Amino acid sequence: MASKFMNWVDARFPATQLWNEHIGQYYAPKNFNVWYYFGSLAMLVLANQLLTGIWLAMFYKPSAAEAFGSVAYIMRDVEWGWLIRYMHSTGASFFFIVVYLHMFRALLYGSYRKPRELLWIFGCLIFLALMAEAFMGYVLPWGNMSYWGAQVIISLFSAIPVIGEQLTTWIRGDFVIGDATLNRFFALHVVALPFVLVGLVIAHIMALHHVGSNNPDGIEIKANKNADGHPADGIPFHPYYTVKDLFGVGVFLILFCGVIFFAPEFGGFFLEPPNFTEANPSVTPEHIAPVWYFTPFYAMLRAINFEVLGVPAKLLGVITMFGAVLIMFVLPWLDRSKVKSIRYKGWIFKAMLAAFVVAFVILGYIGTQAPSPLLTTIAQVCTAVYFAFFLLMPFYSVIDRTKPVPERVTG
Amino acid sequence: MSKEGVDVGKRRFLTTATAAVGGVGAAFVATPFVKSWLPSARAKAAGAPVEVNIAALEEGALVSVTWRGKPVWVVRRTPEMLKTLDEVAPELADPESKTDQQPEYCRNKHRSIEPAVLVMVGICTHLGCSPKYRPEADGGQLSYSGFFCPCHGSKFDIAGRVYSGVPAPLNMVVPPHRYEGDSLIMVGEDPNQGGEEAA
Repeated sequence: MASKFMNWVDARFPATQLWNEHIGQYYAPKNFNVWYYFGSLAMLVLANQLLTGIWLAMFYKPSAAEAFGSVAYIMRDVEWGWLIRYMHSTGASFFFIVVYLHMFRALLYGSYRKPRELLWIFGCLIFLALMAEAFMGYVLPWGNMSYWGAQVIISLFSAIPVIGEQLTTWIRGDFVIGDATLNRFFALHVVALPFVLVGLVIAHIMALHHVGSNNPDGIEIKANKNADGHPADGIPFHPYYTVKDLFGVGVFLILFCGVIFFAPEFGGFFLEPPNFTEANPSVTPEHIAPVWYFTPFYAMLRAINFEVLGVPAKLLGVITMFGAVLIMFVLPWLDRSKVKSIRYKGWIFKAMLAAFVVAFVILGYIGTQAPSPLLTTIAQVCTAVYFAFFLLMPFYSVIDRTKPVPERVTG
Repeated sequence: MSKEGVDVGKRRFLTTATAAVGGVGAAFVATPFVKSWLPSARAKAAGAPVEVNIAALEEGALVSVTWRGKPVWVVRRTPEMLKTLDEVAPELADPESKTDQQPEYCRNKHRSIEPAVLVMVGICTHLGCSPKYRPEADGGQLSYSGFFCPCHGSKFDIAGRVYSGVPAPLNMVVPPHRYEGDSLIMVGEDPNQGGEEAA
C-alpha cells in the first residue's frame, strides 16, 4: 500500500529521488569528527529563528510609537511570549556561535579548496545575509541601543564619497532614523532576508551534495570507490549521520536551553542593558557597542584613525570593515598549499591560523570596550594580523613544509 | 532542430534587441520601488524650523532642542571658553572651518552669529553619536572645554571644531539659524529667510 502510494508520488514528483540524493544514499566520509556538527546545528537554529520569528511577528508592532511597548507586551502579557522571544534572541547569538565554528572548521580542513569554491562562496553569502538579518532584527525592539546602533551602522554609508549623504537618507527614509526606517527594516527582516537566507542555504546544500563533503583528512573519497560504485570511505548519511547529528542536537539544546532559562541576557552580551530603555534620539548611551558577534569587525572600523594617501580615516575604516568580510570570498584562490587539511600542513599555516584566531578574539573583546589609545593600538595590530592571514597566504602556503597525504582516510 | 534557412544574425539581433527593451522596461518598473524609500511628503514636512528662547540661558549652560529629529544644542559660552578658541587651535584639524559644516555667516572663529552663542547639531561627524558636553577641561580626555564623543573617542572644542588624530573627520555641523529679536533663535531658517532682521 505504502509502496504503491510512493510509486504514484514518484511518477509525479521526485520524492524518493530527492531523499536518496540528499539523505538516504548521500555518501559522506566516515571520519567526520566533532567539528562536523555545526552545519546541521546551523540548520536547526535557522528553523528555530523562522518558527519563533513568525510567532513574534504575530504580536510585534513595527512602528516607532508602539515597537518598544509591544516587545514589553510580548515579554509580560502574551502567554509564553517571554519564552518565544528569548528563543529568538538567544537563537541569534547561537546562530553566530555555530556559524563561526562551522567556518573555522572549513579553515582547519581546507573545505573551501577546489572543487568546493562555490560551496564556500555560498557560505560567505549566507554569513553576509545573516549579518544584515541580525543587524535589522536588533533594531526592531526600538531600545536605545537599537536606535544608536542603527545610527552608527547606517552612517557607515555616509563615508562613501559624493552619494554617501543621499544614500543614508534613502536607507533611513527620513532625515533621521525613525518610523520609516523601523518599518522597512521590519519588512526586510521578516520577509526579504529570510527568503534570501533560505535560498542561499538550499544552494549551499545543493553545492555540497554535488561535490561531496570534505573531511578532516582533506581527501576526496570519490577517488576511491567500491565495486558497488559508492566511495569506499563513505557511509550513507542516513542512518549514520542523522543519528550522530541528533546526538549533537541533544548536547546543543542543553546549552541553548540553559542560556534561555538561566541567562537570556548573558551578562549584557546577548541583550545589552541600554536596550531596556526606549530609543531616545537625544541621549546617546555612554558607550555604544554592537552585539558580540559584530564586535571583531567593529573593532577594525574603530582601529583605523589615520588617513592613507588622502583617503579619509572614516572611509578607510569602512573599507577595512567590509573588506574583512569580503576577503573571505577569495580564500579558495589564496590558499596554494599542496594539501587541504591542517593535519598535513606545516607549522607556518598552523602559526598563522593560531595568530588569526587570537587576533579575531582580541578584536572581539576590544569591540565591546570603550575606546582608549592602548586598545586602539592593539586593535591595529590585530587588524594587520587578520589581513596578513589572508593576504600572505599565497606565499606562506607555498613555502610551508607539508606532510604526505595518505591514500585513504585515517578515521 | 535544423538551422537551415535561418538567418542567425537576424535572430541574434532580434533577441538582443528584445532583451534590451525588456531591460529598459525593468529599469522603469524598478523606479517606484527604489524611490518609495526616499523621505515621504510627511517626513519632509516634519523638517520645519524650531524656536529656541535663550533669554534665561545662563553662561556655560547648554540647552538641547530637537530639529528634524536631531539634537540641536544652544550653548551660551563664557568669556573663558571663548578664550580657549585660540589656545586650542594648534590641536585642531580644521581650525578655520574651511569645510562646509556651517552656513557662510558662521564661518568664523567662534562658528556662530553671536560670538558667545553656539548653535550646533549635537551629532558626532564620525558615526552619528551624540557627544558629551564637557564645560571644563577634564584633564584626561580634553585639555580645554569642549565635547567628547563616548563612542569612538572623538574630541571637539567649544565651537565644535574637531581635534586632529581622532576618528571624526569633520567639524560638527552648525545648522542654518537666525535671530528674531535678541533672544529668540529660529533653528532651520537662514537670516534672510522668514524674518525681517538679517544678522
